Amino acid sequence: MSMSRREFAQLLGLAGAAGVLPSTGFAATKHSADPYEVANFGNVRLLHMTDCHAQLLPIYFREPNVNLGMGAAQGQAPHLVGDKLLNHFGITPNSLEAHAFSCLQYEEAAAKYGKVGGFAHIKTLVERLRESYGREKTLLLDGGDTWQGSGTSYKTRGMDMVKAANELGVDVMTGHWEFTYHQEEILKNIKAFDGEFLAQNVFITEDALFEGADEYIHDEDTGHVFQPYSIREIGGARIAIIGQAFPRTKIANPARFIPDWTFDIYDDRLQEQVDHIRGSENVDAVIVLSHNGMDVDLAMANRVSGVDVILGGHTHDGIPAPTIVKNNGGKTLVCNVGSNGKFVGVMDLDIREGKVQDFRYRLMPVFSELLAPDAAMAQLITDIREPYLPWLTEALAPADELMFRRGNFNGTFDQVICDALRSVNDAQISLSPGFRWGTTVLKGQMVTMEHVLDQTCLTYPETYVREMKGSELKLILEDVADNLFNPEPYLQSGGDMVRVGGFDYVCDPVETIGKRITEMTLDNGEKIEADKSYKVSGWATVGARSEGADIWDVVAEYLKDRKVASIDKLNTPKLKNVEGNPGIVDYPA
Amino acid sequence: MSINRRTVVKAIATGGALIGASVLMPKIAFAAWSKDAFQAKEQTAAMNALFDSATPEESAEVTLKAPDIAENGAVVPVTVVSTLSGVESMSIFIEGNPSPLAAEFIIPAGTKADVSTRVRMGKSTKVTAVVKANGKLYSAAKEVKVTIGGCGG
Repeated sequence: MSMSRREFAQLLGLAGAAGVLPSTGFAATKHSADPYEVANFGNVRLLHMTDCHAQLLPIYFREPNVNLGMGAAQGQAPHLVGDKLLNHFGITPNSLEAHAFSCLQYEEAAAKYGKVGGFAHIKTLVERLRESYGREKTLLLDGGDTWQGSGTSYKTRGMDMVKAANELGVDVMTGHWEFTYHQEEILKNIKAFDGEFLAQNVFITEDALFEGADEYIHDEDTGHVFQPYSIREIGGARIAIIGQAFPRTKIANPARFIPDWTFDIYDDRLQEQVDHIRGSENVDAVIVLSHNGMDVDLAMANRVSGVDVILGGHTHDGIPAPTIVKNNGGKTLVCNVGSNGKFVGVMDLDIREGKVQDFRYRLMPVFSELLAPDAAMAQLITDIREPYLPWLTEALAPADELMFRRGNFNGTFDQVICDALRSVNDAQISLSPGFRWGTTVLKGQMVTMEHVLDQTCLTYPETYVREMKGSELKLILEDVADNLFNPEPYLQSGGDMVRVGGFDYVCDPVETIGKRITEMTLDNGEKIEADKSYKVSGWATVGARSEGADIWDVVAEYLKDRKVASIDKLNTPKLKNVEGNPGIVDYPA
Repeated sequence: MSINRRTVVKAIATGGALIGASVLMPKIAFAAWSKDAFQAKEQTAAMNALFDSATPEESAEVTLKAPDIAENGAVVPVTVVSTLSGVESMSIFIEGNPSPLAAEFIIPAGTKADVSTRVRMGKSTKVTAVVKANGKLYSAAKEVKVTIGGCGG
């Protein structure tokens, strides 16, 4: 049973008084009984959230135990997990923040500290952080992946989240999963959004321009579909915010929904944009609101100069302190603020004499039991959910163990999805995408349809069954592994390794493409042969639409039939050459 | 009066500018068509067929723009620009394609050496731009990744 708000506050107060907490980061604020008491610093406060994946209500979310960094990224943020992460950032083990930032003693701590996130709780925190600082000196920036990830966002085509973001007071956003609706729906949602939707790296295709896309795009001459940047005057400073949408959207997600737009990282254009803004807009600071993923942001901070802060998302890394990257123009702070509404980043900037003089940063975990829900937001959420409640709340099966996804390889919930595909679709092998969204269910909790939707809800949910050669299967695994483990960040696409059911393999992440995956072996011990065909089931195809049932119905059918949410075997690869890599802890194989 | 980008694109497509383009495509362009080079199955052979040499000199005066990861392998945008003087031709080779020579642009004297096109790529491979200027060969190359996609975070 989780503790009351009062007990919670007392615990924190005692911990602070005992002097066991470090003096930096989130913990530094806890010398009072109130962990959300933040000292004001400077004259501009940027509040940052990202990748909430439409989680309107509080949820559980376990941080990964495997998040391997390759090459120069090894041992660096964000590729630190468990005690390695705690040591690196000076976080006391077994503390509230140790629970927020790591997977250690997860079940025990989750039972103690309760759920995280929830828009009504985030709203309360954001309001407090704005009021205590001076509302007119604050901005709330949302890095995107806001309109997707729940049953209600699916049913309302993201409009529920536009309403919630408006109620929350989001000033600026960029996107990624936003682009998994149809072009015209995206434009409609943006129109309904009270803030600004920015993207310097989304362009109209020549073909679309010819067909008359000039009717709606931001700038016909530059080809920007969306406004690339915004200038805001706050706290006596002029700051530019540039949007950077997920550059691999048309590769990682279906291109068919957004045929007229094209994406990339575009360092050179970003540099031009920064130089232009610095040269002609008379700004004191330049901020990039990015959905690149943290590895790409770190690389981009190296290559592009003149950016003071990159507020990043996509890779769902909850990183307690910014990484400072030195470049031609000085330095750039790179932040990443986790996912699922679990964190709010607070970047206080001292901006004087035309530049950023200093900063203070805190990544605040949103513990729902510590923050009273905002009444208006709570009402909005109730209204949004009301028409879909019978669907969302259907009880499927009690969880007999911890159900989670996040990590480089299969989580237990992925295994349930893979097992469901094999069982319901009568396949030897199953594949499930390595998304980083998807919430956690504690042992003993009832798994509802909503939990399954948390793991599966996207706009291309159809399943497939088809024959696949062993060689084809290997090609898929190699391709995805390269998107994850290529040491060059610009050649990564984000996401984790494809989840598998019915077979195991050996993975050597430090190898090159074509050589990482070996010894693919069926659960019955038979080696998978290159020329032999296997019956494979999967979902979320990015090319053409598949014909099968929606994945959530497949998983629901399986769970109702099995009567308990549990796994018999975790298909996770045996790893090579990861000894000493601080991106892995408690690995089962 | 300013003319917007769409009008220009439309004008080109509807033929206005094509009249100009045809004037700029003298017989020499067709005379230079190298069937052997375009049909060669291997990059060195293609270069030899086109230039009698497969060893262009890498040059900072040749800029090759192509994506790190192709958004769509069927239409990968490639741009070649050169600041060299006396540019005669600009060619694009896709090493891993069944026929590596994808395009050869003849650059008439006095024309800006700046070409863009889209090429098809079946798999991740190296793209090489070769610029012939004053009878000598210069190049720039870049790896372009083609991925099956999916699994975004």
